[in-house]
Amino acid sequence: MAFVPLTADERQAMLEQIGVGSVADLFADIPASVRFPQLDVPPPLTEIQTVAKMSALAAKNQPVGQLACFVGAGYYNHYSPSVVSHLMGRSEFYTSYTPYQPEVSQGTLQYSFEFQSLVCDLFEMDVANSSVYDGASGAAEAVLMALRISRRDRVVLDGSVHPEHRAVVAAYLDGRGIEVVTTNVGIKDGKLNRQSVVEQIDGETACVVIQQPDFFGTIRDLAAIVAKAREVGALVVYVVGDPVSLGLLKTPGGWDADIAIGEGQGLGLPLQYGGPGVGIMTCKTAHLRQLPGRIVGQTTDHDGRRGFVLTLQAREQHIRREKATSNICTSQTLLALGATIYLAAMGPAGLKQAAGLSHKQTRAVADQIRRVDGYRVVNDGPFFDEITVTCPADGDTMRHELAKRGIIGGYALGREYPGLENALVLCATEMTTSEEIDRLVSGLREIGGAR
Amino acid sequence: MSRDRSEPLLSELSRPGRVGHLLAAPDACADATLDLPSELLRDDLKLPELGELDVVRHFTHLSSLNFSIDNAFYPLGSCTMKYNPKVNEDVARMAGFAGLHPYQPEETVQGALQVMLELQQLLCAISGFETVTLQPAAGAQAELCGMLLIRAYHRARGDTKRTKVLIPDSAHGTNPATAAMCGYTTVSIPTDAHGNVDLKRIKEEADDTTVGLMLTNPNTLGLFEQEILDVTKAIHDAGGLVYGDGANLNAILGAVKPADLGFDVLHINTHKTFSTPHGGGGPGCGPVVARGFLEPYLPKPVVARRASGDRAGELFLDWDRPESIGKLKSFWGHFGVMVRALTYITLQGDQGIRDIGEAAVLNANYLRKKLDDLYDVPFDRICMHEFVASGRRQKQQGVRTLDIAKRLIDFNIHPPTVYFPLIVEEAIMVEPTEAESKDTLDRFVQVMRQIAEEVETSPELIHDAPHDQPVGRLDETTAARRPVLRWS
Ligand SMILES: Cc1ncc(COP(=O)(O)O)c(C=O)c1O
Repeated sequence: MAFVPLTADERQAMLEQIGVGSVADLFADIPASVRFPQLDVPPPLTEIQTVAKMSALAAKNQPVGQLACFVGAGYYNHYSPSVVSHLMGRSEFYTSYTPYQPEVSQGTLQYSFEFQSLVCDLFEMDVANSSVYDGASGAAEAVLMALRISRRDRVVLDGSVHPEHRAVVAAYLDGRGIEVVTTNVGIKDGKLNRQSVVEQIDGETACVVIQQPDFFGTIRDLAAIVAKAREVGALVVYVVGDPVSLGLLKTPGGWDADIAIGEGQGLGLPLQYGGPGVGIMTCKTAHLRQLPGRIVGQTTDHDGRRGFVLTLQAREQHIRREKATSNICTSQTLLALGATIYLAAMGPAGLKQAAGLSHKQTRAVADQIRRVDGYRVVNDGPFFDEITVTCPADGDTMRHELAKRGIIGGYALGREYPGLENALVLCATEMTTSEEIDRLVSGLREIGGAR
Repeated sequence: MSRDRSEPLLSELSRPGRVGHLLAAPDACADATLDLPSELLRDDLKLPELGELDVVRHFTHLSSLNFSIDNAFYPLGSCTMKYNPKVNEDVARMAGFAGLHPYQPEETVQGALQVMLELQQLLCAISGFETVTLQPAAGAQAELCGMLLIRAYHRARGDTKRTKVLIPDSAHGTNPATAAMCGYTTVSIPTDAHGNVDLKRIKEEADDTTVGLMLTNPNTLGLFEQEILDVTKAIHDAGGLVYGDGANLNAILGAVKPADLGFDVLHINTHKTFSTPHGGGGPGCGPVVARGFLEPYLPKPVVARRASGDRAGELFLDWDRPESIGKLKSFWGHFGVMVRALTYITLQGDQGIRDIGEAAVLNANYLRKKLDDLYDVPFDRICMHEFVASGRRQKQQGVRTLDIAKRLIDFNIHPPTVYFPLIVEEAIMVEPTEAESKDTLDRFVQVMRQIAEEVETSPELIHDAPHDQPVGRLDETTAARRPVLRWS
């Protein structure tokens, strides 16, 4: 399929203008020994054939909807009103690029400013950037930020922060000589049993990283952790579990976080097998100059009209090079647009409902599971839209068995948490129907009974 | 002063009590909060209150305030703003791709894993490398990934005193920033009189403390490194590895495989070369291709096929990779972008891939040749997919490159990249891409010639540009001095 509009005659005329005999002459700088190699790529397909091929691949998958979805673990099957995909799908948005020329990019710049504002309101934090890649890179950037601010080199990671976030933090810190302390989580007497985070925080600690609701779904009282951090001068890095939870829950700002981040996919963005989503990153005003990534600011033109520009660029790699706060260049602007439209469309009433219904459905799941022999809800405090459940078989077996019954059966904790091989993290949202909950529960009963 | 086309902020459109979207009857979850202790709840949720039509009109209007590929020529150097086939979007939105949760059991996502595997194979075939990860979110994260692979390689050999990374002075800012994120020091290598990285300096600097070289080829002047084989050999002789910044791969598609030039690792900006729309600044996708000896260190998990057992033949995500550098990104990377890239490569096939590189280079050279009498072209040799001109002649007459850029807007053309690379005074970097017709290029030439004339005859016209846009030139100094970063 050709997207090159040049005709043969035009090509000839252009070559003459350039003063070369053939197109091959334009590549003469490439060493002859390696020029124009064999290309082991199949011949082109037409659009009809391509769509058929890709449809066949899509048909080999079973998406949410076909399967009842009881997994969250960082990506959430929340409802997205139709306006979100329609407005995001306007090509004036999706075929543009980083707004280097503000006069012709006011659309992108204004919605980025609105995204920053909405995120600040949702998180109750002072400032936000216009996105990072995902929640996990947000966590890594937040830790790097805390290291720069505190000039200390010890990091305390709560073991119930998303395992992928912790892994990305570790990869970003590799080779820098930073001590990373991760607390343990196990199960004792039918409840989650955590090593104390407070005791790990000391005068050398740059930051403590905590998540709420945490990876097990529990909402915790963070007051003691925050107080200890304040006492020794460590920063609090706060990871928001499901952003929709902020329709109900006390916010990062409410807990006095210094830096708060989160994965924004739950705000109306498609699951897309895990990406792209959008990393949300916020902080207190005092730390603004250490915040990485693009930031949009409001200003005026020479006639006094309001307009928006990329600002504080002296933090960024294209100006500061090796002294930049981060190497990030491309961000998740289009997905930030999706989250902005979602929040605008839902408003406070809709978001509270999404949060409330998700919580209600998850409570229904928990109530029912409590009545099934061999299963136990082990959260060590109130939960929002996820619960941790121990099962009569290991988590992976449970998942395969549930998949046979048309159910995505939660996240198996075994790979990341030795000792929790028999535990699943289950999630329900406003998309979860009572019929699906019944199907899950009878599936669990069958599998349990078969053993 | 032109008519006011500004759009109020969402907060200004808000009316207390107006309701947009409801998921259920208003009281459906009134009891939901009862189960949670009040000290764990928020007091107040302050978000704009709008109706659905308010939202539709707001964002539709904002979209009209944007330039995009679909409404204007966008020759933004180094960014490869090419046409994005519409079929990409249809395919990516298929429920079988858009509706997958990353933690679904593998037996329910065999098609998705096959998309990843096929794309991996095609990227290896096109680049000449043996192994690949699709995980990084964009070019800059891919650079971090690649440099961590290089570090893992040196470390595995017990070679720990390597701490410096050589980087040409023409490099994109992400390169030095990435080296710094790894805790390395950077050594800037100058550009020689022909626009190549200075081979002599590389030979002087490369030693047993050198981690490697980060090199963009074609470089950010749009030129192919003429001594590339000697450059990569010099680094290898010193025991270092060569990192290729493949952001400019579009130019050499089908003309050469970067692996054959001596690179050890290379990233591919899928969102540029393989036609994913850049989305106002992202998302991207930055696969890293590498030589086979770096395979053990790739981020985990990797897509693999089960060799035995009752699931033999099934694709799965292999997490059992003890030497891996770990993870750069949640889940598996930007799958939605991978689907678009595979769709695009399938449409192009072997012939299309070759034609992309050829037409991109033809278009760029045509523009260079048509403009080089009026604008200085500091390295005036055959270029690849882009060329860098300089506005220094116009600057002597009191018109800056920025002014020229703004004047282009009056002609409905998106300005090229300006003031990059940093080593060219008043740089104007033009990348037309293969997707533009000769008519579009001729119109650009005509406009650029008219602007050159205006520099002499009516410079005030240029200083005041752009005219008739939603806003005029914006006060960036005040924006940075007294930042207003959110509505109040
Ligand atoms: C030469 C070069 N290197 C690296 C990058 C970084 O890529 P990304 O923006 O996807 O992080 C870019 C593009 O911005 C580039 O042009």
